[in-house]
Amino acid sequence: MEKSKPQKVLLLGSGGLRIGQAGEFDYSGSQALKALREEGIATVLVNPNIATVQTDDGMADVVYLQPLECERVTEIIAKEQPDGILLGFGGQTALNLGLVLHERGVLKTYNVEVLGTSVETIKLSEDRELFKKALQDIDVHTPRSVSAVTLEQALDASKQIGFPLMLRAGYSLGGLGSGVISSERELRTRVEEVLTISPQVLLEEYLKGWKEIEYEVVRDCAGNSMTVCNMENMDPMGIHTGESIVVAPSQTLNNEEFHRLREIALRIARKTQVVGECNVQFALHPRTGDYRVIEMNARLSRSSALASKATGYPLAFVAAKLALGKTLDSLHNSITGVTSAFFEPALDYIVVKIPRWDMQKMKTADHTIGTEMKSVGEVMAIGRTFPEALQKGVRMLTIGVAGLTQTKYSFVSLEDEIAHATDHRLFALYEYFKRGGSVARAHQLSNIDRWFLEHIADIARVEEQITHGPKTAHALRMAKEYGFADSVIASVWKTSEMAIRSKRKRYCIIPAIHQIDTLAGEFPAKTNYLYCTYHGIAHDIQTSQKKPIVVLGSGPYSIGSSVEFDWCAVNTVRQLRKSGERAVMINSNPETVSTDYDESDRLYFEELNFERVMDILEFEQPKGVVVSVGGQVAQSLSLPLQRQGVMLYGTSAHSIDMAEDREKFSSLLARLGIDQPRWTRIRNIDSALLWADDIGYPVLVRPSYVLSGAAMTVARTPEDLHQAVEYALRVSPDHPIVLTEFILGAKELEIDGVGDHGEVILEAMAEHIENAGVHSGDATIVLPPQRLYMETIRRTKEIARSLCAALSITGPFNIQFIARNNEIKVIECNIRASRSFPFVSKVTGKNFITIAVDTMLGKHSDVHHDTLDLSHVGVKAPLFSYSRLKGADPVANVEMASTGEVACIGDTALDAYFLSWHALEQRVKTRTLVVSVGSDEAKSKLAKTLAVLEQQGWEIHATDGTHTYLTRNGVGCFFVYKMSEVLQPNIQNLIEQKKVGLIINIPTGSGNNTQTDGYLLRRLATDHHVPLITNLQIARLFLKCVIELHGKPLPLRSWQEYMKKFPISNF
Amino acid sequence: MRINTVLKKQKNDVDYQGHPQGDVFFNTAYLRLKSGLVLQGRAPEWQRGISQGEVVFTTGMTGYVETLTDPSYTGQIIVFTYPLVGNYGVPDPRYWESKKIHAAGAVFSHISTIWSHAQGQHSLEEWLKKQHVPFLTHVDTRTLTLHVRKQGCTPGIIDCEGGETHISFDSQDNNPVSQVSVPKKQTAGKGTKKIIAVDCGMKEGIMTELLSFDTTVMRVPHDYDYTRDEYHGIFISNGPGDPQMAQSTITILKKALKQKKPIFGICLGSQLLALAAGAKTYKLPYGHRGHNQPCKNMLDGTCVMTSQNHGYAVDEKTLPKAWRVTYRNLNDMTVEGVAHATRPFFSVQFHPEGRPGPVDSRSLFDDFYSLL
Repeated sequence: MEKSKPQKVLLLGSGGLRIGQAGEFDYSGSQALKALREEGIATVLVNPNIATVQTDDGMADVVYLQPLECERVTEIIAKEQPDGILLGFGGQTALNLGLVLHERGVLKTYNVEVLGTSVETIKLSEDRELFKKALQDIDVHTPRSVSAVTLEQALDASKQIGFPLMLRAGYSLGGLGSGVISSERELRTRVEEVLTISPQVLLEEYLKGWKEIEYEVVRDCAGNSMTVCNMENMDPMGIHTGESIVVAPSQTLNNEEFHRLREIALRIARKTQVVGECNVQFALHPRTGDYRVIEMNARLSRSSALASKATGYPLAFVAAKLALGKTLDSLHNSITGVTSAFFEPALDYIVVKIPRWDMQKMKTADHTIGTEMKSVGEVMAIGRTFPEALQKGVRMLTIGVAGLTQTKYSFVSLEDEIAHATDHRLFALYEYFKRGGSVARAHQLSNIDRWFLEHIADIARVEEQITHGPKTAHALRMAKEYGFADSVIASVWKTSEMAIRSKRKRYCIIPAIHQIDTLAGEFPAKTNYLYCTYHGIAHDIQTSQKKPIVVLGSGPYSIGSSVEFDWCAVNTVRQLRKSGERAVMINSNPETVSTDYDESDRLYFEELNFERVMDILEFEQPKGVVVSVGGQVAQSLSLPLQRQGVMLYGTSAHSIDMAEDREKFSSLLARLGIDQPRWTRIRNIDSALLWADDIGYPVLVRPSYVLSGAAMTVARTPEDLHQAVEYALRVSPDHPIVLTEFILGAKELEIDGVGDHGEVILEAMAEHIENAGVHSGDATIVLPPQRLYMETIRRTKEIARSLCAALSITGPFNIQFIARNNEIKVIECNIRASRSFPFVSKVTGKNFITIAVDTMLGKHSDVHHDTLDLSHVGVKAPLFSYSRLKGADPVANVEMASTGEVACIGDTALDAYFLSWHALEQRVKTRTLVVSVGSDEAKSKLAKTLAVLEQQGWEIHATDGTHTYLTRNGVGCFFVYKMSEVLQPNIQNLIEQKKVGLIINIPTGSGNNTQTDGYLLRRLATDHHVPLITNLQIARLFLKCVIELHGKPLPLRSWQEYMKKFPISNF
Repeated sequence: MRINTVLKKQKNDVDYQGHPQGDVFFNTAYLRLKSGLVLQGRAPEWQRGISQGEVVFTTGMTGYVETLTDPSYTGQIIVFTYPLVGNYGVPDPRYWESKKIHAAGAVFSHISTIWSHAQGQHSLEEWLKKQHVPFLTHVDTRTLTLHVRKQGCTPGIIDCEGGETHISFDSQDNNPVSQVSVPKKQTAGKGTKKIIAVDCGMKEGIMTELLSFDTTVMRVPHDYDYTRDEYHGIFISNGPGDPQMAQSTITILKKALKQKKPIFGICLGSQLLALAAGAKTYKLPYGHRGHNQPCKNMLDGTCVMTSQNHGYAVDEKTLPKAWRVTYRNLNDMTVEGVAHATRPFFSVQFHPEGRPGPVDSRSLFDDFYSLL
C-alpha cells in the first residue's frame, strides 16, 4: 500500500497570527515536521512567523523566514528542489498559496508532488458550486440556494426554499442588501429594491437557530476512515464557530443523530478522496433532525487543533504520516503505545472551548458577534460536568473574572444582550437567570439549546444556595463541583481565599488529577496529559519520584500575549529536559505547541491562576516554578506563589515586584541616577489637568493594572485629557490613573537580555522604526540597530547593566528606552521573557531562553555572548487584523492592536524590511499612490521621496492641503477630494475602482474621532484591502525600499545560511 | 482494596438533598464489588435494598437508551465511562432495542436530570424509576473503570441499605439467554427470502436490518429446532452470558451446519457458531464494550470502526481447519469474526447495525442477503 517516500518535503506555514488564523498552525506544522523527521525525510519550511516553534533550529532542516507568496516560494522550490509539498498544515494561507503554485504550473515544472489530499479535492472543497454538486452525487444535503435575476424567478425560488429565507444581493461587498425575509409580500418589496442596485439576487435557506456540529475526519490512502471527535457549538448557526462556545463531544445529539452525521462526514471524505485530515461542518435542525452540510475544510484547522487537544489524538502528526502514504492501522496510538491509531477516542470528560475576544482594546470596534470571526484566541477547559468546565473556561480567559458570578459588564437590557450576541452574552445569560429570567425565554431569544441554558441557570441556583444556605462542607463541595473558585466562595462567605482553601483541604475537598488517555480507561496508558476535576475520589497518577520543575504557560492568545510566549515556554521545557530535569507544563490554550503532551514530562491542561497552580504544586511537590516565560499571566503569580513558600526559578518575586510597581521602580531609577519620563498618579480630573498644565501636553493616560495598554491614550489638549481620564475612571474606578510625560520625536529602543545574579551575560539591542508613541508590540523593530550613535548604544547598555545588578536579575529581562539627542530614559523593565525573545534569538543565533534556563538552573558557564556583530539584519513587523474588526480605526497607537507579527532577515535593513512588508501579505497592485498627511513636518519629510517616486512613473494623488504643499514643492500630483467633500474626483471612487496601490495617511491628532476624513479613508483602505501606511517613519522607509529596491532581487537565504549553519549558497 | 487513593472518602457525607439539579432527591448509597472495592454514590429516594450484577463498563459516549435496552446486558450492572448520561432524555419505545431495560443496574458519574431533545419523552432518571432499574450516580466512574480493567469484570452490588451486612455474591445465572429469547416463533415481513433468526436476546436494530431486504424473518426461540423448517438462511443473534451455557442452541446449530445453507452470526451468535463448528471460547478479562473498537478485515486488509458489547471471545487456536479468522481487533488482536473457507457460514463479534455506535460495517447484512 505504501508509496515510495519523498526525499525532501516543503512545508508551507501560515505566516503572522491574525484573527481567524492563529497559533494553531504552529501546532500543526510542528507536528508535521516531527512526523517527517521520524520518517527520515528532509524538510524545508517557509514561514515568516519567527515567533513559532516550527521555525526553530532542529524542527525543519531548512527554514526560510520569507514571504508566503508565489514568486518567493517558486524561487525557494527552484533552489531547494523538494520532491513533495504539504499544503494542509498552514491554514488557508498555505492552502491558497498551494493552489496558486499548482495553477501556475510551478509544482509541475519542478516535479513537486502534493502529498496527502490532492489539489483537485482542495479545489472542490473551496468551490461552493462544485462542492454542492459532489455532495448531491452522494445524496448529501447542502443548504438550498437559488439565484434569480427577475422578481418572478425570485418568487419561484422562494417556493422551493420556503420562508423564512435569506436574501442576498449578488456581487455586493459587505453584505449590502442582505437580510431575512419571512413572507412573500416582504420578498416582493425587497427583491425589487435590491434588483435596482444589483443585477442578481441570491435566495438561501435560512438556517439560523439550527444546531452547529463539526466532525474531524481522518482518512488514509487505503480508504480507512474514522472521526476523531465531534463538537457541538453552544451558540447555534448564525454565529461563526470561532466565535462560539464549543463543547466536545456533542451533548444534545442522540445516538442516531451522532452516527448519522458521522457516517455522512465519512461519506464526504470518501467521495472527495481526502487523504489526511478534514473537517465537516453540519447544521442540524433541533426539532426535525434534518441536516445540511455547511462546509468542509480539506486541511488542518482551528477545530482540528481543538479536537486534537480535546481528545489527546495527535491529529496533525497522524495526518502528516497519512500524507506520506501510511495507513491508519500501521500507526500506533502514541498515548497507549500498544493500541492502533485507527480508533475513535472515547472521552470520559467534557471539553468546553470559549473564544477570547479583545474588542475593548479598540474602542470604536463593533462588539457584535456573528458570522465573521473577531476573537483573537481561545481557551479549552476540561471537566467532568458542563458547569465545572464552563466556569474553568471563564477563568482561563484571564479577563479578570473568577467565574460566571463576577460579571464585570453592565447591561442596559439583558434580553437585548441575549438576543443580539456580543462577546458578553455568556455573562448576560448568567445575570439573566440570577435575576429570575426563565430558560424558555432565554432559549426563545438566543436559540441556544435548553441543555446549555439549564446548566447555566443551575450554576446560578448554586450561587443562590451557597449565598443563603449554611456554610457547610457539603455546600463547599457542591460549589467546587460546580466550578466555583475559592475566591468567589470567599467573597460570598465574606472571608479570604486562603481561608476557603484551608477549609477545603481540611475537609479533603481537593481536585483529583485525571489522565486524558483517549480510551476512557479501557487500556492502560502511560499518558502524561492531565486535568483536574472535583468529580473524582482518586488521582490517576502519583507524585513523581524525581522532583520536577513547573513551567507556567501564557494562557489564551490575546492582543499582547501571543505565540511568542508559547515559543518561550516550549523552549524552556525543552532546555529543562535537556538538562536532565523533569518538566511539568501548565497551560490552557489549545492553539499551542506547549500543550502537545510530548513536549513535557507532564502536561496539565489547566487554569493559570493561584488556586489551580497551587493545587498542582501541592500534588507535584516540585523543586520550583518558572514564572518568567509565560508573559504577564504567569508573572503575575510570582508574589502570591512566593508568599506560599514556593521556590521561584530566576529573579526573586521581590525584584519582580520592584520592577512592576511604578512607585518602587521609579524610586529605584532615581536612586540609580537613571532618567525616566516624568509621571504622576492621580485619582480625579482636576489634579490631572493641573499636572498636565505644569509639564505640558501631550501626556500619556494609563489606568493601572491593565495588560498591554488597554484604555491607554495620548491626550494632546485639556479636552482630550478630560475625556481620557473620565474614560479611564470608568474602566477601572478603583484604581488610580497614571499620567506620563509624552516625549515627541524620540526614538524607542529595547534591550532583551539574560542576567546571571545581576550580571548581564547576553543582550540584544533593537531599535523601533516608529518614533516613540507607538506601543512596542505594534512597532517595527530592527536588529541590530541601524541609526544609533555609538554613545547611545554604550549608555543604553550601561543602564541595562546597572538595572540588572540592582534587581539582581537571573534569567530573562527586557528594558524599554526612549532616546532623544543622546538623552536616554527608561520607560519600563520586565523581568521576564518579552515578546521579542524569539526574534532576537533567531536573528542573533543565540537562543535567549536556553541561556536563561541555564542561568536559572545555575548551570551557565561564565561567558558573555556577543550579539552586536552580525552580518545580517532582522526586521520584525506587526500584523494587524483590522479588516476583521469592522469599525476599528486602523492606526497604530499607544494601545497595542496587532494580533501577530512576522520577521525576515536580509543582508541590509532595507532588504529585511521590504521582505517583512511582503511577509505581511500586503501587495502594492498598482503604481498609484494616495497621500493625505496632516502635519507640515510629515509633508516636508515626504516631499523629496515623493518627487523621486513620481520620476519613477508613479501616479500620485493628494488631498487638499497635501496637494498644495506637494505642488508647491515641485512634486507632480493629482488633486482628489476627501470623502466628506462628495465632489469628483473623489478618493472614494479611486479606491473603489481598485486604481490605488498604496495609501499614505498620517493622522495628526489622537485619532479617536470616527467622523474625521482620515478615519473614513483608513477604513476604506482596510475594507478594500489596499495597503495603508499611517506612520511617517514607516512611510519614508517603505518608499525608500520602493525606490531603491525597484527591480532588484531580494536575498533568498535560509535561516541556516544566515546563521552559517552551512555554507551560504551562491544563489 | 488498594486504589491509588489520595483523596479521603467522606463516610458521612450529607445527603444531597435539595440538589440544584431538578427535583430529584438522592440518598447516599454504595457500590460493593466482590473484589473488595466499595465506592460511594447517590441513589434516588425510591430505590431500596440491594441489587446484584456483573459490573462491566462501556465507553460509548452516546446511546444509553440503546445500551440499557440491549438484552445482551442482562444480569450486568453497566458503568458508563462518559460522565454525563441522560442529556437527551429518553424517547418512546420505538427507538429502544427491546421492550424494556435489561441491565441489572447502571452506574453514572452524573445522571443528567437536565435533558433536552425533541424526541425525548422523559428524563433518564424517570425512565429508570418506571422500569425499576436501580442506579447510582455521583460515583467516580473513572476510578471504578480503572479498577475493573485491572481486576476484570467482577460481581457487584448496588447497596441502598447502607449497612455493612454480609453480602453473598450469588453465582451467575446459568443461561440468561433463556430469559430474553422470544417464547415462541414469530414471523415478520413478507419477502421472498426466508430467514430463521435465532433469538438469543436479539436487538431490534438487527431485526430492522434483516427486514430491510426482500425477506421474511422467522424469529425463533433459542432452543427451537428449525432444521426441518423451510428457510434460505439462518441468523444467530446477540445475547447475554457465557456462550458455552447455550447448549441447546449450539446443538441445533451443529445440525444446521450440515445443511450448508448460509449462516450469519453477530456477537453471541458469532461465539455460538464457532462453538458449533468445534472451536472454544474464553472469557475476556474485561470485555469489549464501546463504539470505537477498531477491527481489521484479515481478508482484504481494510479497517472498520465497530460497536461492540461482548465479554467472551473465540479462541483462535481451537478453530477447525476449514475455518479462518476474518476480523481481528486492532487493539488486542483478538478474534472479531470467523468464516468457513468454502461454505457460506460467517459471523462477527461486533454489531454492524450500530444502535448504539457506528454503522460502518452495515454492508455485512448485504453480504448475508446476497448469499441467500
